[in-house]
Amino acid sequence: MLAYVLRRVLLAVPTLFGITLVTFFIINLAPGDPAQLQTQGIMDSKVSNRVYEELRQYYGLDQPIIKRYGQWLWRLVRLDFGASMSTDRRPVWHKIRERLWPTMSLAILSLGISLAVAIPIGIYSAARQDSLFDTAGSTILYALYSVPSYVMAVPLILIVAIQWNLLPFQGIRSDDFEQLSALGKIVDLVRHYTLITFCFSYGALAYYARFVRQNMLEVLRQDYIRTARAKGLRERDVIMRHGFRNALIPVMTLFGLLLPSIIGGSVILEVMFNWPGMGRLFFESMMSRDYPTIMALTFITACLVLLGTLLADLSYPFVDPRIAYD
Amino acid sequence: MTEPTITLPQPQASSENYWRYVWRNVRRNRRGLAGLIVIAAMLAVWIFSPLLATNQPIVCKYNGRWYFPAVIEIFQSRGAGPHWIEKPRPFNLPQFDAKKELDPEAFAIWPLIPYHEYEQSTEFLQPPSSRHWLGTDELGRDLAARMIHGAAVSVKVGFVSMGIAAVIGILMGGLAGYWGGLVDMLISRVIEIVVCFPVFFLILAIMVWLEPNIVNVMIVIGLTRWTSIARYTRGEFMRIKGQDYVTAARALGIGHARIMFRHILPNALAPILVSVTFGIADAVLVEAGLSWLGFGVQPPDPSWGNILRTAYDSLNVAPHMVYPPCIAIFLAVLAYNLVGDALRDAIDPRLRGTT
Repeated sequence: MLAYVLRRVLLAVPTLFGITLVTFFIINLAPGDPAQLQTQGIMDSKVSNRVYEELRQYYGLDQPIIKRYGQWLWRLVRLDFGASMSTDRRPVWHKIRERLWPTMSLAILSLGISLAVAIPIGIYSAARQDSLFDTAGSTILYALYSVPSYVMAVPLILIVAIQWNLLPFQGIRSDDFEQLSALGKIVDLVRHYTLITFCFSYGALAYYARFVRQNMLEVLRQDYIRTARAKGLRERDVIMRHGFRNALIPVMTLFGLLLPSIIGGSVILEVMFNWPGMGRLFFESMMSRDYPTIMALTFITACLVLLGTLLADLSYPFVDPRIAYD
Repeated sequence: MTEPTITLPQPQASSENYWRYVWRNVRRNRRGLAGLIVIAAMLAVWIFSPLLATNQPIVCKYNGRWYFPAVIEIFQSRGAGPHWIEKPRPFNLPQFDAKKELDPEAFAIWPLIPYHEYEQSTEFLQPPSSRHWLGTDELGRDLAARMIHGAAVSVKVGFVSMGIAAVIGILMGGLAGYWGGLVDMLISRVIEIVVCFPVFFLILAIMVWLEPNIVNVMIVIGLTRWTSIARYTRGEFMRIKGQDYVTAARALGIGHARIMFRHILPNALAPILVSVTFGIADAVLVEAGLSWLGFGVQPPDPSWGNILRTAYDSLNVAPHMVYPPCIAIFLAVLAYNLVGDALRDAIDPRLRGTT
């Protein structure tokens, strides 16, 4: 077991190195840089050339690319993401830190909601296979699963936020947030979270419900379920204690794969809802060619994907002792 | 006593062709068939878009001569030589009506939507009416015409980008699966690295630096979405390379390249096709998202993604623009997913219903 964990972790090292290579070179070898973007407004070409060279020197972009890669890697080892190259000139870590919570809270909320709804639906439709609930539910879930989240979001915004004027859809809080009472603040936050949380959750909800149902159906076909029924257990116990516990194994392993989306957010949805999260930060950094922020975000997300896969792989033997690694 | 009849085993009709078997199974799947019909309809809309929506008549008779301007546009806009036949005079709707008064013989059959997708007017953001069936956009262009011509983008992006991805994926996966060992390890590492980058991050990171147009979108999607195809191909090649007919081929001294592509690949193709079909659905979605963000197809060229963007920007004044692109994107994605599901079930009934 220990040897297996060690081997997996060691295998991740070259992948991690590859991630840094791809991240750095895709972004740094491409034409156009922040210095160019920030001198676009200068009409006099002589002045703009001088300022351009100065800016490149200031950002360290005039040095050979290999050297810059080395420097970036060395800073990365010490978890220093450097200073932003956009005009706010703040440390990248500060920019990321303030965007972390809106994205994480959203992801955790939508994960909790979708699991809380999906697991009962999945179990019930598996237990009553081919009933009206199951067939109608399956069709609805399939349709929901097929609607891309941003395609769902625009009509939803139109109907709920604009035509009914029920909920706000821009940002995380109202302009007069500071003046509101404590209760008012909570209500305001809930109102802002509602629409975007729904758009984040429904696809996952449909996916989990189908996943749970499928796993339950497989488990319910096993011999030990027939044994449980044969010895006269109540149907509820058969389903919950003997069935669901075993169907839970694959669901648990999904968590590792969810990790990146918890931090990464969704670019389109966050831009659409003007949400101050990581996805929109990425989009804004792209627009201002903010190399250090883009690289930091890409690197963090890629690492989380790697970690997530690793956790998912390693979690199998913990969740299910029947699976053992040499 | 009857003559004992000896029933000789009938010479087996050659066993059913694998692809015919798959097709029979797909055909039996009603959802998959519906998906196929939607895809065929989209292809038809793309090919015949000038017959459906343009400002030229399909057929007209003027001054005693016959003209087919919209039919000619099909070939002109499909790149069969930019001006292989000179376009007859402009037959824009108002002009034609004016001429009709001079020439009572004149006669024309107009396309369903008699507007060009770039044709601007001063009727901005009008709701649907009998003249503009889906209303007009912010520059007074007919929305129905733009939706019809926008279908081209989705069709092309889906097929071309997945074509690129399939070539890369099959090559990489095939090499890894066939050779194993060091090659496999290297390629598997590369796949693992590419997989680690969230789809949209990688594509956006590249798109920002490239000129945003449909060709670059297709290339970028193709270059980033080949990993799942490569994984399937690798698995299939590993499974098949141990089979007897491959050993036989090797014993006959057939070259490796020929074994890989003539003997193994045809038998590995079905699962790869499933992954490509789901990939197309994904590519359509990614393209629409990129266009929505402004990194994809640039206005004035129509695409469902940038129509949706215009709709989003004028939600308050023009709610009618929201539904057409949403429904179109949804239907396209759903159709490819349904066909993908049907194909997967047809190939391996054991997997039926798994997500």
